[in-house]
Amino acid sequence: MSQSNTSAVDYNMNVVRQFTVMTVIWGFVGTLVGVLIAAQLIWPALNFDTPWLTYSRLRPLHTNAVIFAFGTSALFATSYYVVQRTCKTTLFGGKLVPFTFWGWQAVIVLAAITLPLGYTSSKEYAELEWPIDILIAVVWVSYAIVFFGTLVKRKTSHIYVANWFFGGFIVTVAVLHIGNSMVIPVSMMKSYSIYSGAIDAMMQWWYGHNAVGFLLTAGFLGMMYYFVPKQAERPVYSYRLSIVHFWALVSLYIWAGPHHLHYTALPDWAQSVGMVMSIVLFLPSWGGMINGIMTLSGAWHKLRNDPILRFLIVSLSFYGMSTFEGPMMAIKSVNALSHYTDWTVGHVHSGALGWVAMVSIGAMYHLIPILFNQQRMYSIRLINIHFWMHTTGIVLYIVAMWISGVMQGLMWRAVNADGTLTYSFVESLTASYPFYFIRFVGGVLVVGGFVLMIYNMFKTINAEDNSLKKVEAA
Amino acid sequence: MSSFWSIWVSVLTLGTLVGCFLLLRMCLKNFAGVEEGESMGHTFDGIEELNNPLPKWWSTFFLITIIWGFGYLLLYPGLGNWEGLLGWKSSNQGILNIEESKAKTAEYLKEGSNVLVEYDREVRRADEKYGPIFEAYAARDIKELAADEEALKVGQRLFLQNCSQCHGSDARGTTGFPDLADKDWLYGGSPEAIKQSIMDGRKANGMMAWESALGGEAGVKEVAAYVLSLSGREVDADVAAKGKAKFAMCSACHGQDGQGSLAMGIPLGAPNLTDNIWLYGGSPRAVEASIKNGRAGVMPAWSNILGEEKIHVISAYVYSLSQD
Repeated sequence: MSQSNTSAVDYNMNVVRQFTVMTVIWGFVGTLVGVLIAAQLIWPALNFDTPWLTYSRLRPLHTNAVIFAFGTSALFATSYYVVQRTCKTTLFGGKLVPFTFWGWQAVIVLAAITLPLGYTSSKEYAELEWPIDILIAVVWVSYAIVFFGTLVKRKTSHIYVANWFFGGFIVTVAVLHIGNSMVIPVSMMKSYSIYSGAIDAMMQWWYGHNAVGFLLTAGFLGMMYYFVPKQAERPVYSYRLSIVHFWALVSLYIWAGPHHLHYTALPDWAQSVGMVMSIVLFLPSWGGMINGIMTLSGAWHKLRNDPILRFLIVSLSFYGMSTFEGPMMAIKSVNALSHYTDWTVGHVHSGALGWVAMVSIGAMYHLIPILFNQQRMYSIRLINIHFWMHTTGIVLYIVAMWISGVMQGLMWRAVNADGTLTYSFVESLTASYPFYFIRFVGGVLVVGGFVLMIYNMFKTINAEDNSLKKVEAA
Repeated sequence: MSSFWSIWVSVLTLGTLVGCFLLLRMCLKNFAGVEEGESMGHTFDGIEELNNPLPKWWSTFFLITIIWGFGYLLLYPGLGNWEGLLGWKSSNQGILNIEESKAKTAEYLKEGSNVLVEYDREVRRADEKYGPIFEAYAARDIKELAADEEALKVGQRLFLQNCSQCHGSDARGTTGFPDLADKDWLYGGSPEAIKQSIMDGRKANGMMAWESALGGEAGVKEVAAYVLSLSGREVDADVAAKGKAKFAMCSACHGQDGQGSLAMGIPLGAPNLTDNIWLYGGSPRAVEASIKNGRAGVMPAWSNILGEEKIHVISAYVYSLSQD
């Protein structure tokens, strides 16, 4: 991590520090809520008969916390860091920069208040009501101004590939959020979508799937393109591969939403197009994985000693796995089995815990010492333990959901010789309980890992400057 | 859709796939200006990029999926109004029930068209395969079926799929939804009455809200006390006596002795108040709430959803529950 030759530029690292610390804290909070609702599925009494602790209100709180609090804070932190370092210039925008931090944290706090109180637009991953939506739009446009303003005043001739992905993600998320959140307010905290019926469903999943495609994929690929070569200290494998997979990824992902609406009232043509684009998307998605993993050529031995690099590389493996699984599940006949089952839940979490969380955690462990004037984290051993807890947690989670998902799909479609269904719904639910428990255990491991991370982070921050010296690998 | 939108969809869809192909073709060639495997020559915060070629297996596989995409859109509906060479359709929007679906299927068949939508095909296949089983059941008497182990299993499964959401997996009901396993019936427990309840549904004539007619809260409490006393519950005798005087208003539906409309031979759905079985709860508070605000239960009609033959088998199962 050579940073000696860049100290000439006066970078704005304050906002990066703020977002970095909040990323780790929100990561803990978001997964903790996830574990609580996972436990409620096994022991329903855990809602304590309190309306604001019911599953239906905490579930959107969990998804908002991990996507918009944890994931998006990580993207803010890394995009602000990367765009400055790779453009050799400080952030553009003056007061807009701190506004994006405080504005975004305000959005998160408002979500944490309104969702348990039951205020919801009922659109998945876009539950927040219209006044908060407006705040999100304002913060996001400010973010775009800061990011693209910084790109414009860059001191380098080219724009680094990580910034293509960050830029694509920022622009598209703005369009998606504003497009899907168009509502007619009836009161301060209630509104109705301007779209109706199948069109509303299509808008919702155009937004919903591209929240995955652009926020959780393109944005984190931007993160990957900086932190993997940096941590591995190797050149990016293929410039041409990054061109083809970037443009193919952004142009194909935007079509994929209809695969959430197979066998519904959505017209057949839209379902077919959504399925075709999802499948053609498979290889462009893998382009990012290949470019990341092949960057390690000649440096594979570093995985032995460097748990941070291990987080980054294993995240790419999970990325590859879930971007194979996704196109497969988008095939109508596979979807007929998988849709509405726990398989979908498992798929989302192999992406969210495996790809998004691991690449973010790796990036944060890389960043924290740099941002707080240290050469390394307080404890490398704790990073290693975190790695194994997190990985074990994900594997338990995903495998449990695969089994219960496929089992549910098969039970729901099982037919007797007389044409009646073999199982009632509640029988499939009873059969799922053991797997809900395994999922819960996996979730506890993930949260435990975040506890170690918070401890490690504050120990690093509070240590005397430059007191944590880099340990050379034996 | 109009031909404008059809063209719009087709152009954008095909354009995206063609664009991906051209992009792939461009990147297969070395246009970077440096030798393959060499560094591109620019560094970003110390990061270099190599000009390695695309992995062969990757670009081949990408090409195959693009070609497959064109093939799929040729065979299946996707490009606007293009219906696809196979003529496949998943849905027939606007079809609301079994009758309409059957009529539509017959119409298609009369036209000699083999383009049935997927739903119609599945219903046809199911009817062909399973129809004879249910026809055979429907030809038998419900009481006879209720003694047939196999028929009861079929009936129970249909019940679990369609009825248990309200009446419970054990058919013992819950607040607002009658227990089907006891001998207390709102509309009759004969095979015919049960079948009619399922076929056409039942809509209680509606117990009206009595608070104002009874002279407010006090009147409600008095009548409630009397009603509770009918099933031998301990109540304040004076209050109940006052309630008895007012019960005349209730007797039109519940009968003079409170034994319910069925005891009078009229299927109004007014429950028997003397048997200590309570559809909406038997606590003083619940009974008072029923009198004060009224009640209106609805059982939906199932004939259009399940068809008479399956309902025949379900009727046998439900009938069997109250036969010891």
